[in-house]
Formats: sequence, C-alpha cells, structure tokens
Amino acid sequence: MSLAKTIPNQDVAHHQALATDKTVFGFWVYLMTDLLMFGVLFATYSVLHGNIFNGPSGHEIFSLPFALLETMILLTSSFTCGLAMLAVRKNAKNQVLLWLGITFLLGLAFLGLEFSEFSKLISEGNSWQRSAFLSSFFTLVGTHGLHITSGLLWMLICMIKVKSQGLNVNIARKLTLFSLFWHFLDIVWIFIFTIVYLMGAI
Amino acid sequence: MQQFIFGKLTLNDLPHEWFTLGGTGAFISLAILFVAFFTYFKRWKWLWNEWLTTTDPKKIGIMYIIVAFLMFLRGGLDALMIWTQQVLGAGNSPGFLGAQHGYLSAEHFQQIFTAHGDIMVFFVTMGFLFGLINLIVPLQIGARDLAFPFLNSLGFWLYLAGVVMINMFFVLGGEFAATGWLSVAPLSELQFNSGVGVDYWIWSLQVSGIGTLIGGINFVVTILKLRAPGMTLMRMPMFTWASLMGMLLVVTIFPILAMTIVLLNLDRFMGMHFFTLDNGGSPMMYWNLIWMWGHPEVYVLIIPVFGIYSEIVSTFAQKRIFGYTSLVAAVGAITLLSFSVWLHHFFTMGAGSDVNATFGIATEFIAIPTGVQIINWLFTLFRGRIIFKTPIYWFYGFVSLFTFGGMAGVLMGLPPIDFQVHNSLFLVAHFHTMIVSGALFGIFAGFTYWFPKIAGFTLNERIGKYAFWTWFIGFLVSFTPLFILGFMGATRRIEHYDASTGWQYLFMVSLVGVLIIACAVGLQILQLIVSIWQRKQNLDLSGDPWNGRSLEWATSSPPPFYNFAVIPQVTSRDAFWEMKKSGKNKAPIKYEDLELPKNTPMGIYLSAFIFLFGLAMVWHATLFIIIGLIGTISCIIIRTFDDNSEYTLTAAEVEKIEKRMRKRE
Repeated sequence: MSLAKTIPNQDVAHHQALATDKTVFGFWVYLMTDLLMFGVLFATYSVLHGNIFNGPSGHEIFSLPFALLETMILLTSSFTCGLAMLAVRKNAKNQVLLWLGITFLLGLAFLGLEFSEFSKLISEGNSWQRSAFLSSFFTLVGTHGLHITSGLLWMLICMIKVKSQGLNVNIARKLTLFSLFWHFLDIVWIFIFTIVYLMGAI
Repeated sequence: MQQFIFGKLTLNDLPHEWFTLGGTGAFISLAILFVAFFTYFKRWKWLWNEWLTTTDPKKIGIMYIIVAFLMFLRGGLDALMIWTQQVLGAGNSPGFLGAQHGYLSAEHFQQIFTAHGDIMVFFVTMGFLFGLINLIVPLQIGARDLAFPFLNSLGFWLYLAGVVMINMFFVLGGEFAATGWLSVAPLSELQFNSGVGVDYWIWSLQVSGIGTLIGGINFVVTILKLRAPGMTLMRMPMFTWASLMGMLLVVTIFPILAMTIVLLNLDRFMGMHFFTLDNGGSPMMYWNLIWMWGHPEVYVLIIPVFGIYSEIVSTFAQKRIFGYTSLVAAVGAITLLSFSVWLHHFFTMGAGSDVNATFGIATEFIAIPTGVQIINWLFTLFRGRIIFKTPIYWFYGFVSLFTFGGMAGVLMGLPPIDFQVHNSLFLVAHFHTMIVSGALFGIFAGFTYWFPKIAGFTLNERIGKYAFWTWFIGFLVSFTPLFILGFMGATRRIEHYDASTGWQYLFMVSLVGVLIIACAVGLQILQLIVSIWQRKQNLDLSGDPWNGRSLEWATSSPPPFYNFAVIPQVTSRDAFWEMKKSGKNKAPIKYEDLELPKNTPMGIYLSAFIFLFGLAMVWHATLFIIIGLIGTISCIIIRTFDDNSEYTLTAAEVEKIEKRMRKRE
C-alpha cells in the first residue's frame, strides 16, 4: 500500500484505526436513518392495514408457515454472515468466501420466496392498486426486499474483492459494515414478521 | 418508440408562455455568460481541478453559498411577482397578459408561491447554512477535514441537482407544482394534479433531500469524532454546538421526508393508495408525516443560526458568552421539543380538543428555551465593550424582530386563536418574521463575520450598515401590513379579492416594503463588488480581524487547504482567546506529514445520473430511467473499488506553504 511507504507503521495503524472508527460510527448513524424510514413505513402500515376497501384482508392472504420459512432462511443467513465475520478475524480467506457464499444463496432464496409471494398476489388480482392496505403491505415488505437486493449486490462485490485482494484492513472494514447492514435487515424483518404476518394472520 | 425514449414529453410541452419563456431566456443567457467567461479566461481546467472536483469543505462551502445566493435572487423575484399580483388583483379590474385579474393567472400564481416557498427553504436557507457550516465547523473544532470528504462533495452535487430540477421546467417545459410548498395530499394526487408539476417537486426535493441527509450524517460524525485533542463537548464553540443539534435534527427528520415523498410518488407513479381519496387512502397521513418532518425542519433552519448569533455577540461584546451551559441546554431543549409540536400546523383539521390542547401546550413550552437564549445574549452584551461592526447590527435587528415574531407564534400556538388566524396572512407574517429576521439575518451576519475566511479581506462596513438599515426598514414596511391584513381576514395564497375588503392599500404599503428590500439586496451586491474592488484596503493579514475567540481565527485568512499544519491543543472554552492570552499561538511549529483526501469527480457523475433518473421519472421516459439507474449503480460500484482516496502532503511541502503565507503578514 502506498500509505505504508511514506509514513511510519505506527501512524498507518493509527490512521486506519481512526478511519475504521469513524466509518463504523457513520454507518451506524446511517442505519438509524434507515430505521426511521422503515419506521415511517411501519406507521403507515399500522394506520392503513384495516383499509381493505372490499379487497382481501391480511387474514385471507397471509400464510404463516410460508412466512416462517422466509424468516428461518433469513435468520440462518444472518448466522452464516456472523460465521463469515469470525473467519475474517481468523484471517481465513477461503472460509470467508465459503460463508459469504452460503449467506448469498440464502439471501437469494429469501428473495425468490418473496418474489413468488408477490407474483401470486398480483396474479390473483390483489396488486398494490387494489387497496390502501395492499399498497402499504407491498411497500413495506418490498422496501425490505429492495434492501436485501442491494445487500446481495454488495456481498457480491465484497466477495470479488476478497478473492482478488485477499483480506486487508480496507476489506475487513467493508465486511464489518456489510455485516451490520445484514443483521439490521434481519431485525427489520423480525418486526415485519411480527407486525405484518403474525398480527395479520391472527 | 417515442414513448420509450421521451415518455410523456412532446414538443408541445416546451416553454411557450411569457413567464416560462422569460425564465428560459434568463437561464440560457446565464449559461452562455458562464461558458463564455470561462472560455475567454481559459479557466476551465482551473474550475474543474480546483473547484468542481474538490473535497475541501471550505471550497464546497463557498460553492453552496454561491448557488444559494443565485437561488435567493430567483426566490426574491418570485416574491416580487406574488406581491405585485396581490396589489393588482383587487376588485373587478380587467387583467392583462391573459390573466383574469392582475397579470398572473390563478394557476400561474399558485406555481409561483409554491416555487418561492420551496426555493427559499430548501435551496436558499439550507444552502447558505450548509455553506457556512462547511466553511467554519471543521475550523472551529480544529479538524483538517470532514469525516467523509467524498460524501460531502456528493451532498453538494445532489443539492445542486435539486436546484436544477426545480428550475427544469424553464428548459424542458411542462409546469411547476401548484400545490403549496409542501404539496399536501390529496391536492397533489393524480386526481387533482395530473401534470408533471408535482413530479418536478417530488424529484427536486427527493434528490436534494438525500444530499441533505448525507450531509447531516457527515457533520454529526465529524463533530463527534474529529474534534481537536482537549476539546470536550462542553468546550465546543456555540456555533459547533448549534450545528450539531441542527444536524442531529436533519438525521432524524429527513428520512421521514424521503419516505413521505416516496409514498406520494408511489401513489402517482404506481397507482397506489396511500393518500388518495379512494380505495382506503388517508390524506391525513400525509399531513401528519409531512409536518413531522416540516416542523423540525424550520428548527433546522434556525438552530445553527442561533449558534452564529452566539459567536457574534460574544466576539463583539468582547466577553465570554453568558451562561454557556444554559445556552447549550436551551438549544438541546428546542431540538427535542421540536419533535412534539407538529400537529399545531393543522389544529383545525378536527383532531379533537384534547389532542389540540396537548400540542398547544407543547408549542408554548418552546418559548421557554428560546427566551433563555435571548436573555443569554442580552446578558452577554450587558456591560460588554461592544464594537459596532455590521454583524452586531444584524443581531440587533434579529433580536427585536424575532421576539416580536415569536410573540405572534405564542399567540398562534393557542388552538382557539389559531382557529381565528390560521391560513391567514397573519401566519405568513409570523413565519416570515421568524425565518427572515431569524435565519436570513443570521446568515448575513455570519457571512459578514466569516467573510475574511472566504476571501482574505473584510467586507465594506459602510455599505454593509446601509444594507442592514434598508433591510430592517423594508422588512417592517412589508410585513407589518400582513399582520394587520391577517386580522382583517385576508387569507394567504389569494391572487384576487373583492375591492370592498379594503385590503388593497395595505397590500400597496407591503409592496413598497418589498421594493425597499430589493434595494437592500442591491446594496448587498454593491457591498460585495466594492469590497472586492477595494480589497487591498481591507486585507486581513492577521487571520483574526475581530479579535475572535474560537479556533477558526487561529488560521490565516483564507486558511490553507489543510486548515491546520499542527492540530491545536485545546485546554478551555474560547480556545483561541486563551491561546492569545497565554501567548501559545506564537509557539514554534514542528511540521509533519499530512494525509489529505484526493479530489474526485465521482460526486458529479453520481449526482448527474441520479438527476437523470429523477428527470426521467418525471416524464416517465423509460429508456432514461434505465440509463440513470444503471449509471448510478455503476458509479457506486466503481467508487467502492477506489481504495486510494488519500494522498500524503510531506512536512517539507507544508512548511513551504506555511512560510509563503507568513510572508504576507
């Protein structure tokens, strides 16, 4: 790295520690803003979920076993993402790639399930245009899905980097941010599962 | 095929009415002038390398201020048009230029007040504030740069993209939103507004709002993480405190705005039903959401300005600020309370008396910390040896008008009185008294105060004082009649009224006031020109022209691009004042290597693609939506692969630059 040539090692370490510190903190602040965006969507859903306007209610369209399957897949992916981070600590490049790969596949499976649920609803004539309830449902769950999609893209880039550059401070920092993001999406999903599916199906 | 490329846009949409053509002409001639200037002086490379791609917060701050000032002129022109119409639109006098009354049609009038509000709030006040914060906060906390220099550049370019978007109908045609500055639902839904106006509004605010959010995150992290050693939170200068509070507000509320606009856009673009009247939508949701953002937003405009006034009062009274701790607590209290009052914007919407009472009481509470602040400032001045320079004049203007306008706010915060005066010109007068005398005067004060840090010389004092007095008198003449008109029952946003109301002469007085304000703005421009002309007489060689107290005055004017060759050690509040007293500012310096961010054009590319995406969404132009989306994602990916975003400035180079600057003294 060019940094190392010009200044003593101690300074490099200090500089990088500071960079990691402020980047991780900045990312936390970003996550909180993202949480507020989801907060708006949750609030909107809570207000509008009864406005079914002759369309179906949540009770009629949600399938709990299906939602549980989605949840299990996402939770497992969070677990494997954690394993990938442990592998980063151990500096084991191949393990990192393996666990990230599994996380990626699980995320993809989750997204596929969500997609099938959406397309089933739309084909039955229950699209987001039908009622305010469906609008807020599609938007809340869809926004989470969009986040998962960008997470998958991000994961792919991280994997390419790990493969080509190996593990260094820069990539470790990026992976830390990514894992924060992924766990964050998991937490949001827990709330979606509870508020949308569990409370809707009862 | 045409549909795929251009969407709804056809040749018929291009500007063809006199007012849009006027705007088109103005913008095209400005662009030609700009291009000609830089081509003639062969300065394109300089512009690109030194300014457009810069990651230096001081330069980004200056660019913010320039853009905000241009938008200030445009928003001011809007105001002038609104007022002229209100004078001409009385009774049954026939209109001209195709209007029924006066010279503006109702539709056009509505577009103008919508644009006026949005431009003044988002692109003038926010722009100026972000400019000053960029310029000063890193200097005040003794930092060399922001936490995320690239994101700062991106934030500026997104802000500029929003500015261009709101003016885009002058170029591409269509119309602007005629829905009021918040585009309240259901008026802004397709059912009532099927044109592209609301979409321009949506994407202008969406794009610039993301920029603001990024900026907010950046400053929160910068202030909390990059302060000089020894600068504890309770040793921070008041402007830094106020900026931190303002930015915490930004971080909390701009996500709400972003999502609210997304939902409105989903209604319009995808046929959803969040705020529609049919299929179970709830327009009240929109009102709640937009004001949950909107009320704290006006505090975002004012809180950093409280910080500016605190700095100025303390400097020109040559005293420590009175009751620093209580001032910090007051700013914090205002920040927190601002979340709990949004409903007072629609007391009349039928939420019930209990809810109204709760929000009314919460609103009254805000007067307490605000009063604490005013008392703190006045006690700082008390027995101070006040130096009467232009910035302190703006403070005096502010403190008298702001108290007056604040009283009006206390009045309106009571639900029973609000039922009488809501939606009247009384509200307009109250709001403008707060924002003009609060935010705008403070920005002028701060601009004058910190101008040496921008240009290396001070502004002309005499013309500055003339400008202040003209502004102050013009403001009173133009807005006092509005308070009276409000009590007489004049509602806001009317382009025509009956002659028997007897409002016309008050509107005329008000128009005279606006013309006086226009003269004041002219004087300010003159002040700038004369100051640049006579800069040799007003050079600030010491870097500390006002005998300042905080660290920004420890640097030269203008500061070097790395701010501090050696990061200062802070031992107390008013850090620079203490250094001067103990003679530490003359200590010999040992230079070291600096790590500095490289320039990058990626902010420009990225915001250009986001802008293209937004514009294509306005017109439903599928091809460009795809291009914009792919471009945006590619830019982000390319940026993540760029790990060498910093370079090293060696100690020898730093020493050379420092010596060159010393020579000027």
